[in-house]
Amino acid sequence: MSILVTPKTRVLIQGITGSFGARHTQLSLAYGTQVVAGVTPGKGGQFFENKVPIFDTAAEAAKETGATASAIFVPPAFAADAILEGVDAGLDLVVCITEGIPVNDMVKVKRAMEGRKTRLIGPNCPGIVTPEAGKDSHGGCRIGISPGYIHKQGDIGVVSRSGTLTYEAVWQLTCRGVGQSTCVGIGGDPVNGTSHLDVIKMFNADPATRGIIMIGEIGGSTEEEAAAWIKQHCKKPVAGFIAGATAPPGRRMGHAGAIISGGKGTASAKIAAFRDAGIGVAPTPSEMADTLLKML
Amino acid sequence: MNLQEYQAKELLVQHGVAVPAGDVCTTPEAGADIARQLLAAGEKLIAVKSQIHAGGRGKGTFKNGYQGGVKICKTAEDVREKAAAMLGNVLVTKQTGPEGRPVSKLLITGAPNIKKEFYLAVLLDRKSSRPIMIASTEGGVDIEEVAAKTPDRIVKEPIDPAIGLMPYQARKIAAALGLKGDLIGQAAKMLAGIYKTWWECDASLLEINPLCFILTNENKEALLAVDAKLSVDDNALYRHPDIQDMRDLAEEAPLEIEASKHSLNYIKLDGAIACLVNGAGLAMATMDIIQHFGGRPANFLDVGGGASKEQVTAAFRIILQDPNVKGILVNIFGGIMDCNIIAAGIVAAVKETGLKLPLVVRLEGNNVKAGNKTLAESGLTIIRGGSMADAAQKVVQAVSGT
Repeated sequence: MSILVTPKTRVLIQGITGSFGARHTQLSLAYGTQVVAGVTPGKGGQFFENKVPIFDTAAEAAKETGATASAIFVPPAFAADAILEGVDAGLDLVVCITEGIPVNDMVKVKRAMEGRKTRLIGPNCPGIVTPEAGKDSHGGCRIGISPGYIHKQGDIGVVSRSGTLTYEAVWQLTCRGVGQSTCVGIGGDPVNGTSHLDVIKMFNADPATRGIIMIGEIGGSTEEEAAAWIKQHCKKPVAGFIAGATAPPGRRMGHAGAIISGGKGTASAKIAAFRDAGIGVAPTPSEMADTLLKML
Repeated sequence: MNLQEYQAKELLVQHGVAVPAGDVCTTPEAGADIARQLLAAGEKLIAVKSQIHAGGRGKGTFKNGYQGGVKICKTAEDVREKAAAMLGNVLVTKQTGPEGRPVSKLLITGAPNIKKEFYLAVLLDRKSSRPIMIASTEGGVDIEEVAAKTPDRIVKEPIDPAIGLMPYQARKIAAALGLKGDLIGQAAKMLAGIYKTWWECDASLLEINPLCFILTNENKEALLAVDAKLSVDDNALYRHPDIQDMRDLAEEAPLEIEASKHSLNYIKLDGAIACLVNGAGLAMATMDIIQHFGGRPANFLDVGGGASKEQVTAAFRIILQDPNVKGILVNIFGGIMDCNIIAAGIVAAVKETGLKLPLVVRLEGNNVKAGNKTLAESGLTIIRGGSMADAAQKVVQAVSGT
């Protein structure tokens, strides 16, 4: 099992004909993911790579193909609209890869999504991978931009705000012969759809997940919130790493959400919260997998 | 992007918020002219305020020894003298660091008869993903200190982004600040304008400190935004060409401006080990691991998910302009990115820049074997790192040995 998506999940791509969306659609198809539809307004009726039908709207695409999840690859100015189009189409899951969306657009999107069934992952995230048993985890569900081949089917859940740090953790696990149930990049923006805690709760409830790696960074307090819940409720071992111990206050470290403001959101406060909750803290990013494996 | 006080006040005025009358100047003579006009219009006192992107100006010291980046004057001649002492000099405050900031612009405004000072801010509450208005009776002081020592003197009002700040919410805040009579209605109008400025300008932070209860020349009670700090969400700048024009390059580090031209995310720090990394999280983690093994990072540098050979070369050029740099660590996890392209970029950059400093490279991921071969066959002295920890230890050792 897994969380959020399985290898059978039928995926549509919003922005399938843009260069970024097209490249990653090709990679997902090559990985064996069930990409069943694409959406590009005005290109309805055409086919992507002669096999994936393209529709003008997400609603049509979902209705005609049974897609339940989408990946968004549209430019920042149009991303809020694309997310709400996915919500309107009744999708279970919308994964927004786009980086650089105005924060107030996301504030509006979150307000508009209240009470709707759709779950949003991201924006500004690498997406989700649930690996399969094939060579280099081929046959899994890859929504987004993660490299599929670094994964291996298994029982560790990974959740992170950062793309490349997720790959680092996943690769450390795979190199040690340990696979993953699902890997979720929740994104580096200050307003996002799904928090660390949301994903931790899913991993805790997933019988196929045995242990969890949680990667955080400076800014905000979602790591602290997740840690408080883990302390009370989590039945599974959790190891973690927080990036940004050396980041100067008041500066945005690449990710829009990675900023220490007014003395809040420091790495040391997050690490203290992890320790207090019994989360294994990796002393360096090289030891994320080993820290968890020692706890299993 | 941060704005200067005078720019923030321009935007506030556009949204109906009252600020003290005044104008900005770049010469002492122009400052004196503005002062003369303000005095003629009935102002009793004139404030001369240094325009830099940092707080603590009033208590700051100029590098030439002159005390105070904000002064109150009685005459135009006085304004001219104070302006001459400040313009062209470097102001050091508790927020600028020891290097300080050059003062090239002054805001010359009326200094009102202040009865009481308040603090007011609008910002994003990340926990609820909604805007929040924060107010305090303790104006003109450091709000973080107030929050730590007397949290009961701070009121917070969450705002529904679908409907904006409602008048009852503004009245609630006014009442909590102890305002009475006509001032409650005035405050409601002003707070609505402040919220509108925040939302319409895509601000990430708007701080009015102090917001003042004043007595006018006619002895009427009124409210004025006496100081203002405004930061705008970089992601939203594309839809605000007017605000883009307010960018003040003199306030930004030259290397950071250069980096942004190549779509590189670079932040200069003060250590000796430069790093070049793909991805913001991995870049932060690389800085952390350098420090963990006893070194200090010279910068944050994220070359992004799809760095080209040209970007890698530009990144090397930028890193090498920092005179503190004694060694370089390249840490690339090529997920989709081809490690061999990065390797070729590194080789080209080392040759082009004639690099003499120790260079440690750790490549991992897609096509890593070809990348390693390219590095090995280049004939260059490149120290290879296996894991991140191995690479970090090697660069720290190489630098401490020089």
